[in-house]
Amino acid sequence: MSAIPAAETLPAAAEQPRPSEQERYYFASQWQLIWWRLRRHRFAMLSLWFLVALYGTIPFVEFLAPYELRSRHATHIYSPPQPVHFFHEGRWVGPFVYGQFVTVNMANLKREYRDDPSRIYRLRLFAPGEPYRMWGLWRAERHLVGVEDGGTMFLLGTDRLGRDMLSRIIHGARISLTVGLLGIAVSFVLALVFGGLSGYYGGTIDIVIQRLIEVIRAFPELPLWMALSAALPPRWDPILIYIGITVILGVLEWTGLARSVRGKLLSVREEDFATAAVLMGGSPPYIIRRHLLPAFTSHLIVSATLSIPNMILGETALSFLGLGLRPPITSWGVLLSEAQNMNAVALYPWLLTPVVMVVLTVLAFNFLGDGLRDAADPYS
Amino acid sequence: MTEPLLEVRDLTKHFPLYQPWLAGLGRRTVGTVVAVEGVSFDVAKGETLGLVGESGCGKTTTARLILRALKPTRGEIRFRVGGQAVRVDLLKGRALRALRPHIQMIFQDPFSSLNPRMPVGEIIGEPLQIHGRGSREEIQERVKALMGMVGLNVQYLRRYPHSFSGGQRQRIGIARALALNPELVVCDEPVSALDVSVQAQVLNLLKDLQTELGLTYLFISHNLAVVDYMADRIAVMYAGRIVEMAPKRQLFERPRHPYTETLLAAVLRPDPRLRGATLGAARDAAGLPTGGILGCGYAARCPYAIERCRTERPELRAVASDHLARCHRAEELSLTPLPRRPAARSA
Amino acid sequence: MGRYLVQRLLLMLPTLFLISVVTFVIIQLPPGDYLETLISDLEASGERADLQKVEFLRHEFGLDQPLWKQYWMWVSGLVKGDMGYSFEYDRPVTDIIGERLFLTFVVSFGSILFTWLMAFPIGVYSATHQYSWADHGLTLLGFLGLATPNFLLALILMFISFTYFGTSVGGLFSPEMQNAAWGWARFWDLLTHLWIPVIVIGTSGTAAMIRRLRANLLDELRRPYVVTARAKGLAPRRILLKYPLRIALNPFIGDIGNLLPQVISGAIIVSIVLSLPTTGPILLRALRSQDMYLAGSFLMLLAALTVVGVFLSDLALAALDPRIRQGGGQTR
Repeated sequence: MSAIPAAETLPAAAEQPRPSEQERYYFASQWQLIWWRLRRHRFAMLSLWFLVALYGTIPFVEFLAPYELRSRHATHIYSPPQPVHFFHEGRWVGPFVYGQFVTVNMANLKREYRDDPSRIYRLRLFAPGEPYRMWGLWRAERHLVGVEDGGTMFLLGTDRLGRDMLSRIIHGARISLTVGLLGIAVSFVLALVFGGLSGYYGGTIDIVIQRLIEVIRAFPELPLWMALSAALPPRWDPILIYIGITVILGVLEWTGLARSVRGKLLSVREEDFATAAVLMGGSPPYIIRRHLLPAFTSHLIVSATLSIPNMILGETALSFLGLGLRPPITSWGVLLSEAQNMNAVALYPWLLTPVVMVVLTVLAFNFLGDGLRDAADPYS
Repeated sequence: MTEPLLEVRDLTKHFPLYQPWLAGLGRRTVGTVVAVEGVSFDVAKGETLGLVGESGCGKTTTARLILRALKPTRGEIRFRVGGQAVRVDLLKGRALRALRPHIQMIFQDPFSSLNPRMPVGEIIGEPLQIHGRGSREEIQERVKALMGMVGLNVQYLRRYPHSFSGGQRQRIGIARALALNPELVVCDEPVSALDVSVQAQVLNLLKDLQTELGLTYLFISHNLAVVDYMADRIAVMYAGRIVEMAPKRQLFERPRHPYTETLLAAVLRPDPRLRGATLGAARDAAGLPTGGILGCGYAARCPYAIERCRTERPELRAVASDHLARCHRAEELSLTPLPRRPAARSA
Repeated sequence: MGRYLVQRLLLMLPTLFLISVVTFVIIQLPPGDYLETLISDLEASGERADLQKVEFLRHEFGLDQPLWKQYWMWVSGLVKGDMGYSFEYDRPVTDIIGERLFLTFVVSFGSILFTWLMAFPIGVYSATHQYSWADHGLTLLGFLGLATPNFLLALILMFISFTYFGTSVGGLFSPEMQNAAWGWARFWDLLTHLWIPVIVIGTSGTAAMIRRLRANLLDELRRPYVVTARAKGLAPRRILLKYPLRIALNPFIGDIGNLLPQVISGAIIVSIVLSLPTTGPILLRALRSQDMYLAGSFLMLLAALTVVGVFLSDLALAALDPRIRQGGGQTR
């Protein structure tokens, strides 16, 4: 056997010091590798920071919004967005808004607002404004941006009751953004249970669950959502309705997630390291916990990230149709239901501004999910 | 010789063959694939039994049956632990898990066999942790000792598998297999996924460990050169059955089954003077092994087949002392042995 | 192939049965029934309900029967083409649904056609010009299409056409054609109105389809056989047309299963916004007023339409791809 040299050589040059970059790579865990890959994806990172910032506003909504959710300004109904000025007659003043005249156009009954250059109201940071209870704990009245006494600041205009659109959008984010998360939590649990059963046991259980998923997928989503939401008793508390809607969104979205759980489980189960764990004497729960779950959590996160926008859109659609959330709970969809009437949209196009937020959020989730998908499997 | 460490008798595994039924609504059994049929052998303590054959011949299935990664359809597997024979084929659940430490496996693919999400220290220590062998510190110490034993730098303890080459990964796999001090180690093609230059290192490591720890190997390979280097005795498998089994020297010098001859002829020899025998490769394409036929499973490919071979199935029988073959013509044929250089190899 | 067809047909029966059960459960979910809602509504407005008529209706439609019997009545009616009775419209459901269902079908079919026509050239161009500016631009546009909910797109489109062209884009017919008899004139009128809902509904599906076609084609173009073809000097266009494109096209047909439910969902909400005379607005109304047979039959028909569509696309796919015809082959 001359083909095989007898000399034992240790792994090449083991003792040599390596450049630290490479060293860091060697010691990097799965999550670090994913993170490094994701960081190279510019759009995904941009989206990630955007979403972090967006979700970061949720606890501070009262402080960030210039006005309260329900405060009405009877003298400023359907006010268009007020522009922020910096110069008055060529002179630097700093950010300010003009006061407004209102006249009613008798032809189409539209209120028409014009700037009143004689009145100048400066914008202030941390200005005192409408009082609110911060986290329900203490009274506060400072808002991030406010206007001098006597002036109004409707940067995105007002609605038919004279409510500030910007404040309502900021408040609505709280609901619209959490609907997706709660919904995904519901479908995550369902997907793990059904996909897990299907993938781990196989056989008849697998076949039955796969058929069930196919039947659910055969339904067009929206009509089913509509039917289920319509089934929520109208006498329910708005909070209950909110929970009900998230559950409905989650209950119909789990099928795709369950399929990916099953597929991953089936493929990971065949990997040698899973067999190795069996041969070591690991019990099934141990193997699932230690080897199978970690192997596909990253893929699950990707699927979940890509499902959230679907839920946000679903809620928006349902609320828009008046079947979803109901005032006083305010989401972007609820805001948009004001824009259902064509005449309203034509006369007061700023009622459509919540669309921008919906699109940006959905776009960000899609970009992030796309980047995560590329990064999710660092060992391929 | 005393009682063998492992006794395998009439080991058989059939896989049901399903066909999707009603467009996947259900499935039905349409037949069986005979993966392993009537395999019997013994492995004595401290020896290495080589199991050779082409891919799909049932080597790996045999290994997985012994390891009980699969449940045999029929047959007995006896394993001696603490002076008592355990029926491995009958064990279930907790009792099976209790036996696991005594029989361990080294995998073929050094990439898929290590969980990429665990650092090396945890991979090697995992069997110890599962069986609760000692505290964290004790396990850590044992892992370091194992790493030294297989020639891995202890500083690599917290690195992840992706930082290692194939050979180093295989060393990790070996360290993991040895962590629980097994009596029997099943090596399933442990070097076939490695570069030739690294193969030798890993094989030498396995040999050294065997002498050092008194291990018993069931060594599976399709490469006769590798088996030649490792094994004491060799069993040749073809289409799920053992067709010949003998001590290494005897099998190489006086093969009794035509299939063994083909395998021997296929061995690459570095010496051009010995490259005469290439008969096997040419005949290989003559036919495919078919299960469930009347006569000898090899008859279709066999250059020496006679009428009897097609009608009567040969049994595995002793054709010389310590030499079993499954061929009607084992005695009359004079088959080409492994061409060797006159100078004896240093082992 | 014949075997496959029969098996798939047989498989549809249990699916349709399950769908009918789910639908029935859903329309039974709200507490009470239409008649109770009616009575309480009438009483709230100070009127007295015609109790005799209510009793008659209740008996006539078996609302006093146990649930399983109601289900049986409904489902056996469906099979015979009798979809029950709309309480609100006081007419048989079949009368109300008729043309609306047909128009829903027209809009959905148009949307899928639009999706194909748009996605095919754009997807192929993007894949063959990977990382060019046009590819980046189209990708961005695709994402935007995915992110914009189609009813909002409808609103935006309406806003634009209203402010810049001064016309309302709602409906599927001009007012004078609303109730005209079918003929070339009406058909042409339909076509001139159809493009807006079709674009609106088709956009998100198109975006998804472009992305999938691009990804598939890119995968296929990296295969060794393409490299071989290139190495032996085959013209790029021929290489593309010979194999990769055919394989990459599979999802065009196979994806109808995903596309159809999506398109029908889209059609419903968009038709509400654009007030199209399709199923959307009437389904919404029926759901709100608990007009159970109307809502139930609608749901059932929409789901059945999807199932049949998926069935047809599966058949087409099987005709194109022998692997599917063989039922995935034998598995262990």
